Amino acid sequence: MELITKHVKVMAIDRRKFLNTLLGLGGIGGIFSVFYPIVSYLIPPKSAEPNVNSVKAGLNAEFPVNSSKIVKFGRQPVILIKTDDDQLKALSASCTHLDCIVQYKTDTKQIWCACHNGVYDLSGRNVSGPPPRPLEEYDVKVVKDEIVITKLG
Amino acid sequence: MNMIKNIGNKLVSWIDERYDLSPVRDLLDHKKVPEHRHSVWYYMGGVTLFLFLVQLFTGILLLLYYRPGEESAYESVRFIVTEVKFGWLIRNVHSWSANLLVLFAFIHMFSVFFSKAYEKPRELTWITGFIILVLTLAFGFSGYLLPWNELAFFATKVGTDIVGVVPVIGEPLKIFLRGGEDVTGATLSRFFGIHVAILPAIFTVFLALHLLFIQQQGMHEPEHFRNLPEEKKKYIPFFPDFALKDLLLWVVVFNVLIFLALYFPWELGNKAEAFASAPAGIRPEWYFMFMFQSLKLLPAHILFIEGELLGVMFFGVAGFLWMLVPYFKIKNRPNWKIQPLTLIGIIVVAFMVIMTIVGYLV
Repeated sequence: MELITKHVKVMAIDRRKFLNTLLGLGGIGGIFSVFYPIVSYLIPPKSAEPNVNSVKAGLNAEFPVNSSKIVKFGRQPVILIKTDDDQLKALSASCTHLDCIVQYKTDTKQIWCACHNGVYDLSGRNVSGPPPRPLEEYDVKVVKDEIVITKLG
Repeated sequence: MNMIKNIGNKLVSWIDERYDLSPVRDLLDHKKVPEHRHSVWYYMGGVTLFLFLVQLFTGILLLLYYRPGEESAYESVRFIVTEVKFGWLIRNVHSWSANLLVLFAFIHMFSVFFSKAYEKPRELTWITGFIILVLTLAFGFSGYLLPWNELAFFATKVGTDIVGVVPVIGEPLKIFLRGGEDVTGATLSRFFGIHVAILPAIFTVFLALHLLFIQQQGMHEPEHFRNLPEEKKKYIPFFPDFALKDLLLWVVVFNVLIFLALYFPWELGNKAEAFASAPAGIRPEWYFMFMFQSLKLLPAHILFIEGELLGVMFFGVAGFLWMLVPYFKIKNRPNWKIQPLTLIGIIVVAFMVIMTIVGYLV
């Protein structure tokens, strides 16, 4: 008789353990199935990157010497500069420091970022200030007087 | 007059009969505030709370006309300040109150720091207060973008890009904050949700805890007051004496706020343009200036680490240590004129003030 009660007791504990484990696993699963969709929802979907290889940037004749403009290259801003000696330069306009958009300084003939005083030369090299890397260069061609910017490489 | 008093009394006893108001009554009857030469700092938290209430109220009013979105945010703020009756006033008060709120939160924090009010048993009051401050700065940062103007656009670009330099979690966090790779209308939607729903919800919890702790433990008594003989300790009752003084100060602050809103309106500036150069003179709000300026002064690379990363890590670690100040056991040096922790506090304040001034001069 005693043996039987003992046996039953052991069984009871085992059953409790079993149920607790089941409940625990179920609970963890439940929590996961609630949080997984929420976390996934919070991560923005990747927008289809428009695969742009070249853009037209207006007529060369209408683009004055010693000036610049920002051109939309897909989702990237590109700065197009016409130097004093009538050369065209195209560089990524996103400052390598903290992502501000740079501008061409007509007086110093340099590329300047207003946010943190970063300075690049006309071939995109980081000359002074905080930028850690040079600006990426783009290829510029003039086709039938139309300026065409293309990705290098 | 008597009739109103009668009705009031009846109402109170009606509630009392059902919900037992004795804890509230005890608190009002027995809470007292120490009177000494540094008592003025006791009012700073109250002023901060008042400004938060102003933010809550004006924020809700702005919400009635504001429309988030790349094509509507700037236009709706312009509509508020030009077309809506007193819209300019509500917006100016909201902007000014935000700035004063941050200012008073800092004053409140440093006054608590220098009077060592964070010491046992008030560690959690300090920590909840620190979290509230961080949330306040997040409020400021997210709210700054909502008018969708040039300045805000680039400030957000820079601010979120800084997050990106943190190793491992930085980049995903940046994309999470921006709602994509770049600062776009998606960022604006996110910041709007964060500013008007997520932050208020979290903020309310920590503010409630903070106030609860203060009510439970009463005002902190600084060391010089604690060491006084019992008969020399002067107190004033919290209710009505301290509460009335508090109220008076709130009225003063309210008047200053209205004065600022009337005579120094906030510019709306130009609408944000994703494909335009950052305009000269771009800078963050003044309370981020000391960090902004420090990062600006760092070289591109320090040894093999990017300067930016080092700066961001430094501020992260420093902020975290600042939050844990109640747990530092730094021995007092009897022969030092200024105690070590006080010295640290002075250095921190000096650093922040100098960097801010340099930021505006350079």
